[in-house]
Amino acid sequence: MVLLLCLLPLSALAELSIEITRGVDNPTSIAVSPVRMKGGSLSEDISAIVAADLDRSGLFATMPRANMLSNPRTLSEVYYRDWRIVGMQYLVVGSVLRQGDGRLSATFSLVEVAGERVLFTHVVKGRDSELRDIAHYISDKVFYTITGIKGAFSTRLAYVTVMNEAAGQVHRLMVSDADGARERLMLKSKEPIMSPAWSPDAKALAYVSFETGRPAIFSQRLDNAKREQLTNFKGLNGAPAWSPDGKSMALVLSKDGNPEIYLYRFATKTFTRLTRHFAIDTEPNWMSDGKSLIFTSDRGGSPQIYKLNIISRKVERLTFSGSYNARPRLSADDRTLVMVHRSQGLFHIAAQDLVTGDLRILTQTRLDESPTVAPNGAMLMYATKRGNKGVLAAVSIDAGSRFLLPARRGDVREPAWSPF
Amino acid sequence: MKFETLKSVLACTLLSSFLVACSSTPPASTSTGASSGSATLSTDSVATGSIDAGGVSGSDIDTTDGIETVFYFDFDTATLKPESLAALRTHAQRLIASPVSVRLEGHGDERGTREYNMALGESRGSSVKEFLVLQGVDGSLLEVVSYGEERPAALDSTDNSWALNRRVEIK
Repeated sequence: MVLLLCLLPLSALAELSIEITRGVDNPTSIAVSPVRMKGGSLSEDISAIVAADLDRSGLFATMPRANMLSNPRTLSEVYYRDWRIVGMQYLVVGSVLRQGDGRLSATFSLVEVAGERVLFTHVVKGRDSELRDIAHYISDKVFYTITGIKGAFSTRLAYVTVMNEAAGQVHRLMVSDADGARERLMLKSKEPIMSPAWSPDAKALAYVSFETGRPAIFSQRLDNAKREQLTNFKGLNGAPAWSPDGKSMALVLSKDGNPEIYLYRFATKTFTRLTRHFAIDTEPNWMSDGKSLIFTSDRGGSPQIYKLNIISRKVERLTFSGSYNARPRLSADDRTLVMVHRSQGLFHIAAQDLVTGDLRILTQTRLDESPTVAPNGAMLMYATKRGNKGVLAAVSIDAGSRFLLPARRGDVREPAWSPF
Repeated sequence: MKFETLKSVLACTLLSSFLVACSSTPPASTSTGASSGSATLSTDSVATGSIDAGGVSGSDIDTTDGIETVFYFDFDTATLKPESLAALRTHAQRLIASPVSVRLEGHGDERGTREYNMALGESRGSSVKEFLVLQGVDGSLLEVVSYGEERPAALDSTDNSWALNRRVEIK
């Protein structure tokens, strides 16, 4: 019985790994010196996690540990010459101490090699089980100091996996760290699970589950798995999208005859219909001010992206290029619209600058879907196919860098990048 | 359970009309199913289920079972194909003669977005429902449930598989 309990969660994991396929042309060179603990060992290799984070961004090229001439842990151990002669622009050093209360305390510094400048020295504390969090914290701090962009390494991903097992197809809603590590099961079902969406505080997920024999929207807390069924209408119950203030949710119901966008208010548990059109209206997503939604509609004869002002109910078309633009998502500054865009019969992820109108196709594979933008706007993740297998992939908004997150087993789909 | 009954009705109708062996039919429901089903069999459906199917083939379209229960659609449309109408009329007559609740499960192919395909699956189911209601079937018997692209009938990414996946199944 104990064995079973140990084995079951393991076999349920999709085990995402990272394959960096392309970085920017002139990445910043940085070395992360091995972080060690005085008088003990650590269960996670903090500096390897930091280096992997920075590499994955595509903006950095980290130095292989084997090439390092020295392994300083503190600033006093840094010999600038060792890093200058190998062309490093930056160096991270750090060490870990166990405090009197049993917690770990990591002290780390970022150094600019050419100017021999210490850019910061910082302390971060946590438990043994939080070593990966400590590492991502360091990555965020380093990334922000050098690029000026807030790091999103401490965020999470939600996604759906589908595996063929003895009992038939099994669908799972999973949550992992942004690097694919620490995968955890949220929901398992023989019926489809789709459309995971994060609450703005990143403490809950909404999703569509077919467990009742028809699609219904649920919300579920991450900390205690407490779940609530929010909708149970005939027809479509789909595409949940939490409002930025967390008080309401945009969603799609077809109870009045065809797919329309509704506003669900948590406090009153009421539904207000927002769109009124005989065409398909679906896939709502919020503008950051919480006053407008963008959504997909085929009211013009083909699926295109529209913007809806919730107060005035005024609808404005945003996309004009191509005959299929759907599932819009926005960068945090509302400037870049990303979506599924069909070009010459192939489905790619495209980004449209809402100020200039400029549209760029970001992906090269043919069945790309479900784009989700990192909360810092630097990267977006999407689902695609490799062979006949569903995999997750990521690309920077400028298309300069990309990586794949293939799973060892099963199909992975519908990534949703958590807020900060 | 309800759609099982309809299936039995359909299968057993065939049993009595064509004397086709029907091993998958649950024997328990044979008597009730056969009587109500065969009474309403029209000449229309005799043509649909004709023997030229050439025996049992491996196809997903089950022509040996007589009346189609799966109806296919073109990409990004919910328009019924002309070749679907005869079989749908037969379903309508059957549902008028012996009303049972059925599910109209709408599906799409994997191209395009998942929630849009949910909407498309529902439009396809609604097209079938609308047609059956126009024929006189009580609309309250018909529930449209869309599965979008979540339950493909064929798994690979080819035109053939996509064509098999854009469908409504009467259950």
